[in-house]
Amino acid sequence: MSEALNALATYIRETRGALISDATVSFGELTLTATADNLIALLTFLRDDARCGFVNFTDICGVDWPQRPDRFDVVYHLLSPKQNLRIRIKVATGEDQPVPSACAVYPGADWFEREAYDMYGILFTGHPDLRRILTDYGFEGYPLRKDFPTTGFVEVRYDDEAKRVVYEPVELKQEFRNFDFMSPWEGTDYVLPGDEKAKQ
Amino acid sequence: MNEHNVRNFNINFGPQHPAAHGVLRLVLELDGEIVERVDPHIGLLHRGTEKLIETKTYLQAVPYFDRLDYVAPMNQEHAYALAVEKLTGTEVPIRGQLIRVLYSEIGRILSHLLNVTTQAMDVGALTPPLWGFEEREKLMVFYERACGARMHSAYFRPGGVHQDLPHELVEDIGKWIDPFLKTVDDIDELLTGNRIFKQRNVDIGVVSLDDAWAWGFSGVMVRGSGAAWDLRKAQPYECYADMDFDIPIGKNGDCYDRYLIRMIEMREAAKIMRQCVNRLLGDAKIGPVSSLDGKIVPPKRGEMKRSMEALIHHFKLYTEGYHVPEGEVYAAVEAPKGEFGVYLVSDGTNKPYRCKIRAPGYAHLQAMDYICRGHQLADVSAILGSLDIVFGEVDR
Repeated sequence: MSEALNALATYIRETRGALISDATVSFGELTLTATADNLIALLTFLRDDARCGFVNFTDICGVDWPQRPDRFDVVYHLLSPKQNLRIRIKVATGEDQPVPSACAVYPGADWFEREAYDMYGILFTGHPDLRRILTDYGFEGYPLRKDFPTTGFVEVRYDDEAKRVVYEPVELKQEFRNFDFMSPWEGTDYVLPGDEKAKQ
Repeated sequence: MNEHNVRNFNINFGPQHPAAHGVLRLVLELDGEIVERVDPHIGLLHRGTEKLIETKTYLQAVPYFDRLDYVAPMNQEHAYALAVEKLTGTEVPIRGQLIRVLYSEIGRILSHLLNVTTQAMDVGALTPPLWGFEEREKLMVFYERACGARMHSAYFRPGGVHQDLPHELVEDIGKWIDPFLKTVDDIDELLTGNRIFKQRNVDIGVVSLDDAWAWGFSGVMVRGSGAAWDLRKAQPYECYADMDFDIPIGKNGDCYDRYLIRMIEMREAAKIMRQCVNRLLGDAKIGPVSSLDGKIVPPKRGEMKRSMEALIHHFKLYTEGYHVPEGEVYAAVEAPKGEFGVYLVSDGTNKPYRCKIRAPGYAHLQAMDYICRGHQLADVSAILGSLDIVFGEVDR
């Protein structure tokens, strides 16, 4: 598997080296890094080229890295049934930098891009219908961002007096607990209670 | 009535409609009885699984996968376990692999039985579900006897399976296979040649192979359109490479072909189960069911009473969990509904940084608009049935 992937990486680098900035094989999987400008040309090449043949669209998803200047990765997974290979393409983007939509190349990208928009707020230009998909009607915020709390902001309940469902700010009976299991023997980056008095 | 008085009709199908297979809301635009546009509204069952997984350790994330496609729970866990094993480089012993394959195939039969029979119910037949659910009940008892739960099993853990199977259970599974094949024949006799069933399914919802690939279809949906593609054969995982089974493919890509493929796949699954049972009672009768790496798989209860190291391992694994090396992997299994994939990004801590769940039903459901266009209103439920949608995995 790995030789085939290495050969494919070399082939892509030789023929369309300008479209990608990096191609690495790790854990037996090939990852291409590209920019938003070259994305559509790259996807079209991967789909139409005889030695690639990535006709099956698998997945699009976002990954949030809040420390980076371009905080999101948009990750595309494709499958080539003829070559029996998978490929991953990563494009870095920011909160207000749109990525071109892959819907024209793969019609199946539609809902996956809507999901990435819904969950992360990643914008796709040229998407036919960029609406929210999984969250509630009228939902605000982007839930899978790392700065969005797991408990959310609003909760719903049925109000018997008003005879309808009402939305209220979330109220926690117990604070959300996030345990820090990093072992002190492996070295912490904070001062353990009591250690501040110890002589350095 | 003059020309401009004729207007399209919008109807709301679901979310409480019995043929919606859960909580699907379809906004249909109709011209008479012809469907002009379908707009599925999903997310009514959205539980934020991916967000929750990011806040849990790798082991605590396992039970969330049961709740995705809840008619074949263990197949989902399988994809997750494979992803974690790929990142940590864990090997599963042969007995563990056989148990996994055996229960994956039980899951496949569970799912196909539900789908084939409820699709028959959608187009008007009431008997198949009654016969099929009897068999499903027996299979769920096998689930229960293996792990204590009928549905939400949490049985496939990274590194292997949670507990060993008793030999009597394996024997009982072996004894179940032959009567089950008889039941499949009975259902086959009820439906395959049935005039009404054929009228409702033949040449309905035809998908060409090129479109099937481009729309991101997998599993029965591409096999129905004529692709000889099955991850168990093409990219074998576990011990599927040693198993002898066939992949049925369709010719026309319509609902009827997909039904026929599911029927044959149940028989093939039974064939794989028989091979697993023979080996579990034969050459792999004794042996470990999960990896012996104490840093990933918790020790046995008995060991904990005697070994200090085992006790420490147990404590560490159930509080902190294990740390997974940095990196990203995509692991996919051939779930009953298609390719179920898990894209796991690890940052080297004890919790997944990102866990994207690639559910086959999501890709299939988005093509509703493309498949249903130009069909009659009554065909919508037949097509929906043949797509094999379960909302647990679509909405996540």
